[in-house]
Amino acid sequence: MRFTAKDYPIAEKHPDKVKGARGKALPEITLDAVLDGAVTIEDLRITPEALAAQADVARAVGRPRLADNFLRAADLVGVPQDVVMRAYELLRPGRAKSKDDLLAMAALMRTSHKAERIANFIEEAADVYEQRGLFTKRY
Amino acid sequence: MTDAPNRWRRFADWDERPLRLDKFAVEDWKNGFAAFSSPADPKPGIGIAGGRVISLDGVLERDFDMIDRFIAAYHLDPATAPESMAMDSAEIARMLVDMHVPREKLVRLAHGLTPAKLADVVSRLNALEIAFAYSKMRARKTPGNQGHVTNAKDDPLQLAADAASAVALGFDEVETTMRVARNAWSNAVACAVGAAVGRWGTLFQCSSEEAEELQIGMAGFTSYAETVSVYGTEKTFVDGDDTPWSKAFLAAAYASRGIKMRCTSGAGSELLMGFHESKSLLYLEARCLCLQRGMGVQGTQNGGIDGAPVTATVPGGMRELMAENLLAVWLDLECASGNDARATESEIRVGAKIMPYLIAGSDLICSGFGSILKYDNSFNPSLMNGEELEDYLVLQRDFEADGGLTPVPEGKALDVRQRGIDALSAVYEELGLASATADMKASVLVASGSDETRSFMPREVAVISEAIKARGITVIDVIKALATRGFRDEAENLLNVVKLRVSGDYLQTSAMVRNGRVVSAINDPNDYQGPGSGYRLSDERRREVMGIRDVLDQKEVLRSEAQHQKEEARHIDYHELGEAHPGDDAREVVIGISPAFGLKLFQTTAGHRLSDVLGVMTAAIRARGLTPRIVRFRHTADTSFLGLSAARLAGSGIGIGIQAKGTAVIHQKDRLPHHNLELFSNAPITRLEHYRGMGANAAAYALGEMPEPVVVPTRGEAMGSRYHARVAMIYAIETEMTSEGATPLDVAVNLKGTAA
Repeated sequence: MRFTAKDYPIAEKHPDKVKGARGKALPEITLDAVLDGAVTIEDLRITPEALAAQADVARAVGRPRLADNFLRAADLVGVPQDVVMRAYELLRPGRAKSKDDLLAMAALMRTSHKAERIANFIEEAADVYEQRGLFTKRY
Repeated sequence: MTDAPNRWRRFADWDERPLRLDKFAVEDWKNGFAAFSSPADPKPGIGIAGGRVISLDGVLERDFDMIDRFIAAYHLDPATAPESMAMDSAEIARMLVDMHVPREKLVRLAHGLTPAKLADVVSRLNALEIAFAYSKMRARKTPGNQGHVTNAKDDPLQLAADAASAVALGFDEVETTMRVARNAWSNAVACAVGAAVGRWGTLFQCSSEEAEELQIGMAGFTSYAETVSVYGTEKTFVDGDDTPWSKAFLAAAYASRGIKMRCTSGAGSELLMGFHESKSLLYLEARCLCLQRGMGVQGTQNGGIDGAPVTATVPGGMRELMAENLLAVWLDLECASGNDARATESEIRVGAKIMPYLIAGSDLICSGFGSILKYDNSFNPSLMNGEELEDYLVLQRDFEADGGLTPVPEGKALDVRQRGIDALSAVYEELGLASATADMKASVLVASGSDETRSFMPREVAVISEAIKARGITVIDVIKALATRGFRDEAENLLNVVKLRVSGDYLQTSAMVRNGRVVSAINDPNDYQGPGSGYRLSDERRREVMGIRDVLDQKEVLRSEAQHQKEEARHIDYHELGEAHPGDDAREVVIGISPAFGLKLFQTTAGHRLSDVLGVMTAAIRARGLTPRIVRFRHTADTSFLGLSAARLAGSGIGIGIQAKGTAVIHQKDRLPHHNLELFSNAPITRLEHYRGMGANAAAYALGEMPEPVVVPTRGEAMGSRYHARVAMIYAIETEMTSEGATPLDVAVNLKGTAA
């Protein structure tokens, strides 16, 4: 389904459709479940599906750029934290020594993590950085 | 400062005012000191070919810097831009303040406007128009506020207590940072626990190094971030160690972890960082904001922020800060509208700065109201701080404006602080991190600031903080510890905040949590279309805002008078003797007392017993060999008429009129009612020696002398603000006792050991 403003807040309107990373629906995420150990921090992570639903809502209310960001985020959900931080670091000025460093990261995102939108975004950055001479050493 | 002989000394007075600590800069566009426009700003313009932006504000595509390129690719909508850009700027400016033009129409229009065009439009509005347009254009209807919770020792007990206090005061977001970078994890746990006291839904962030901030968020302690800074020139951006792409990546990274995020920008950052390109502050900020919309962040923290103080040195700087906030909401971004770094030492400038936001409303009026004392603010003092928080509460009440805060009764403040301290101590103990002594806790409970605490010091905190990080403690461990130690409500509250990230509802524009519900620009859109629409105080919210402490009512006035009554009974008896008639003794001075004098009211507003006042006046009259006669009037409570009526009964033709609150007059029988001989109109500063002088002077007039009038010296105190509420209630007691045509009564007064 495509979510619209009518489905928002989704946690209120569709509590059963909202699930954590291990498939637990919102009503199952209770304090007692936490105390039993049935709910862990993994159950409190957002999913690509939830981000896609929020992207739907954002687009429906005239915020296409916000929706795009949610979709880039959906791409990153499954990317391990250290890879996310490495990619961020590489995008900072002067960290990549050449366009190739960034293209390699884009390839990693595309092939290992199915993060197509992120890969495209990093490739675009590689182009811009080359044009603007950003591959200079900073420290 | 030397004492120039020909200097008007008023300038020396002005030298001493806090205002003179503020420094002002000359308008100088070449050096970046221009608020709204600079000759170096480009003319608005756009070129589109093949559905692509090929020129932007006079720059051709091949010359685009990173910022131009990002704005061209991600902000501008090539389909609508040509039409939008063709519109007259003055016409668009009028649409911004026209309540009949809906917000959505203007938001769509902005998708096709370049930074130079946006700046050109808002620069046509005066300050009032900007505030009005802001009120109409902001995204969410209900206003909110954010508070800083930090302290000079990074003391976690105080953080927990102060976070709990901030929640009770109604802050929708709480932001902390550290004196010592290593203490980030401890600060995060302490504030997260403190913010779980009382209710759930206060969002929390821990401002630290970018990678660490994201890690702390991943561990579940924080729920939003706002330190993702962007800049308006390429060189500043690179010096800030980022690019539009790295920041946009970070924006996606936060959303991918279910954490709410906004960017930070604001006038003055490029100026402070040395790469302003001689452009105006507003134009550079317009570039920042177009970037942010393009990045797809839900909101911004702008309005100078760290650059607010330097912006305020420039002519029109404060108006510029308002204009850039307007640009943010016009671009459909949530706006945490600055009012953050203290831009002035002048309390008048502080009040003036906050007013437009208070009455227009804002998603977050301050992007950091200092809920703590100035010296405890690890960001730097805010525009408004713990010291001035009650002033702000009163401004809300004065203007019936919702500034997002709610007065907290003293008892409740102590309760939530205790709960925050106990909850955090329990968590630190349960997790084997630290043990707080009873003395530490007791000192923090009542402390206004960290100078007064005997608690954890930064070095001990570093050990705690590094242990939290090294052991990989997450919010789940903290929730379990809370519940195990009997803080089940707090455990539940904290879990609810973390649960927000599962649906991501609070990632949408202008989202906050009120009464356990996510409220954002989607389900609470600003629908302002003129009077009666948009945000209005509900009856319930109005009652909250009105609930400041120490409010006077007539019951309170009567209660306090009843206490003085017992006291006065030991000093004076009044015996009414029957109707008073004109006297024929030329050595007689009449003192006319008001209807409630000594019957229902017993002391002057200065706090003198009425028995003492009568005692010194009558003694002074007798000292000149004259006779005082006391008459109670019941037809009037007005000082002038009391005085004139007294004078007309007096054989000497001289009378004193005095009200119970202490206002007094010397009158003479042939004068016009309001043309008296002497008047003490400022009862709150009138001392017994003045009443004694009045008695002496009345006697002197009766003897045909012309004495030096008694002058009650005033230092310009705002008597009305201090006393008029009480005075009006007291005076109503007097007027209730008057009746038309009631005859005056002679009163025998028996003084029993009064001041004479």
